[in-house]
Amino acid sequence: MAIKDMPTEECMLPGNASCPGCPATMALRIVLKALGKNTVMTVPACCTAVIESLYPNTSFDVPVMNIAFEAAAAGASGIEAALRQLGQKDTTVLAWAGDGGTYDIGLQALSGALERGTNFIYICYNNQIYSNTGIQRSGATPYAAWTTTTVGGKTEFRKEMGDIIRAHHIPYSAQTCISYPEDLYAKVKKAKDIHGPKYIEILAPCPPGWRFSMDKTVEMGRLAVETGAWTMYECENDIMTFNGKSKLILDKKIEKKPLEEWIKLQGRFSHLFKPKRDEEKLKLMQQHIDQIWERYRKCP
Amino acid sequence: MTMMIDTGNYIAAKAAIMARPAVVAAYPITPQTTVVEGIAKYVDTGEYKGEYICVESEHSAMSACIGASAAGVRTFTATSSHGLLLMHEMLHWAALARMPIVMCNINRVVGPGWNIWADQNDSISQRDTGWIQIYCSSNQEIFDTVIQSFKIAEHEKIILPVMINYDAFVLSHTSMPADIPTQKEIDDFLPAYKPHWKLDVNNPITFGNIIAPMSYYKVRKAMQDAQEHAKTIIPKITKEWEQTFKRNHGGLFEEYKTEDAEFILISSGALGAESKAAIDELQKKGLKVGLARLRVFRPFPTEEIIRLSKKAHLIVIDRNISIGNEGAMFNEIKAALYQKSDAKVIGYIAGLGGTDVTYKDIEKMCEKAVRGKTKTNEWYGLRED
Amino acid sequence: MNKYQVVTTISYPKPGANGKTGNWRIFKPILDKQKCVKCLRCWIFCPETAIKRNKDDTIDIDYDYCKGCGICAKECTVKAITMEREGKQQ
Repeated sequence: MAIKDMPTEECMLPGNASCPGCPATMALRIVLKALGKNTVMTVPACCTAVIESLYPNTSFDVPVMNIAFEAAAAGASGIEAALRQLGQKDTTVLAWAGDGGTYDIGLQALSGALERGTNFIYICYNNQIYSNTGIQRSGATPYAAWTTTTVGGKTEFRKEMGDIIRAHHIPYSAQTCISYPEDLYAKVKKAKDIHGPKYIEILAPCPPGWRFSMDKTVEMGRLAVETGAWTMYECENDIMTFNGKSKLILDKKIEKKPLEEWIKLQGRFSHLFKPKRDEEKLKLMQQHIDQIWERYRKCP
Repeated sequence: MTMMIDTGNYIAAKAAIMARPAVVAAYPITPQTTVVEGIAKYVDTGEYKGEYICVESEHSAMSACIGASAAGVRTFTATSSHGLLLMHEMLHWAALARMPIVMCNINRVVGPGWNIWADQNDSISQRDTGWIQIYCSSNQEIFDTVIQSFKIAEHEKIILPVMINYDAFVLSHTSMPADIPTQKEIDDFLPAYKPHWKLDVNNPITFGNIIAPMSYYKVRKAMQDAQEHAKTIIPKITKEWEQTFKRNHGGLFEEYKTEDAEFILISSGALGAESKAAIDELQKKGLKVGLARLRVFRPFPTEEIIRLSKKAHLIVIDRNISIGNEGAMFNEIKAALYQKSDAKVIGYIAGLGGTDVTYKDIEKMCEKAVRGKTKTNEWYGLRED
Repeated sequence: MNKYQVVTTISYPKPGANGKTGNWRIFKPILDKQKCVKCLRCWIFCPETAIKRNKDDTIDIDYDYCKGCGICAKECTVKAITMEREGKQQ
């Protein structure tokens, strides 16, 4: 859907507590435009819990249930069951969690909810760190990235959450990025109309966490996709479809840009460039991305 | 009314479905498992028409109950021991969110080593979560208390979750007869659920966002006030139950032969039921010992304890231990009497790890206490072998 | 709006739940309406809901809440929005 065809209705109110240039609020606006007011959210500990702002006020114009860090998907299962009993079958249940609450501490509850077929949309806004606690490594943090708990750069590669999700064979999962609002909107809209568990992951470049200037949030997401560091796809009933630039890369219609073009703009990778270039690590990171794409090319 | 002869767990499951919760979310753990199985059976027969969520952990069981309760429906779950401990974080969550969730906890030893027998350290360690805690001593009491607990939890002056505790195997797996009222009678006693707040798409609210210190302080005070209200409301509800069903297991306490007592034994759970036989024996011997079986540990019945202490000295048996100090009930009973009473309070630890405590043992403990021979913090029946 | 009586963390929707966040701003987006092509990219990318979309798809900036991140200026394809330091004479 074209941007101008998206609804003017806003469920995110201005004057909230997000950082300037926040990808989470950017994504939330678009997600809630796609879902509309007939939506109930559950939010675990993450930046969004702060963005809601201070009691007795909230910046959310849909019902939100804050829940413990590891419990978003389980809470959503309860909400969904209750709404079904109340006859509110057309209300969308949305679990909205960060990568810490998804890849790490919330993985068990998420896997459980997917396995038992909870009819909900789980969205992970992935900024590749524990940002709310002040930039610590998560299972989504890329190799070599500085965080406050990987001071010399992370020594492990990030886990492939998409693979874990697809192993549950749910009706719909997708990856997108805040830089492509049409793609994000379309995926959420599609998920809304599918029965069963749906999982969408949104790459959410975080200015303070990744160490870039706050006006570059969208640009940073775009470059992640163009370099292949992030992939936009959807998986419906185990069939993978790649979208946008990711499709062009997959089909080799365009070359993906060198990974370095993305990482050199982020302060979290600056130790790879100064005082001197760390050729070995840069090469390793590019190889890692290339391998991911080779795997994608073998997908059904 | 029909008679059901079955185990505490199956009777709890029957009570749970007759309270018509819209959502049950549970995870199996010995010795709670047959509650889960019992409900599954009622799902299969169609007697239970609500949602039954088989979650992947107790943490998720409580989280799902919280989600469902927040969405505006009645919820039930059951657990035991390690399951209860895994829920710990969400127990606080449910109480702070003022969710009238009802849960059966089958009192079981906490590991390691693995031991599935009865003691109360699981629930005692959850006493500060804001949940109302009730301890039962028979299968009939389990049935009645489950139904009553929904009414207690949902009372407009309470709105807190309730944990119904009963002993592993001694009650959970022992068949006893219980009168089961008709569904109509239950429905008359316990009307359909009306939430005090909910996630409503027509009136959106955010629950649980960031809260400043003074506002949070007020939330805590409101919980404390609710627990205080429960001290008078629980006996009112058990009285109301009695009017219809001609049974009352006690409000905060069940008193037994305390009229002329010089000593009153305070015990709880199955051990509390066992104590009655001990009291009979003691009184036959001319020892003036009565029983006050503690049913409600939260709210703590401070005023009732003081009242009992005006009549008699108190003997307390704890099937739990706050390691580094003493039995939880002994500790709190003494605190309740501080500067209010000169009664002696004699405490025993007994039955930890599921060790058997017969009425003969209880009799011995009481006799020793009456004779002033009890050691400080005595662990009854601890053998050297 | 119905207010619930029970005392717990129940919060109600309000614009400016975190105050007038416009006072966080160091740089201010200035719109040149002549250059605007109504593509609405600034509107959809604004993380703050601080760009108001009018019926004719023109936009206005809500300075009460705009935090001055500059994404609107950065993403504007026709450079109709420029960032100027707050307090500068206009």
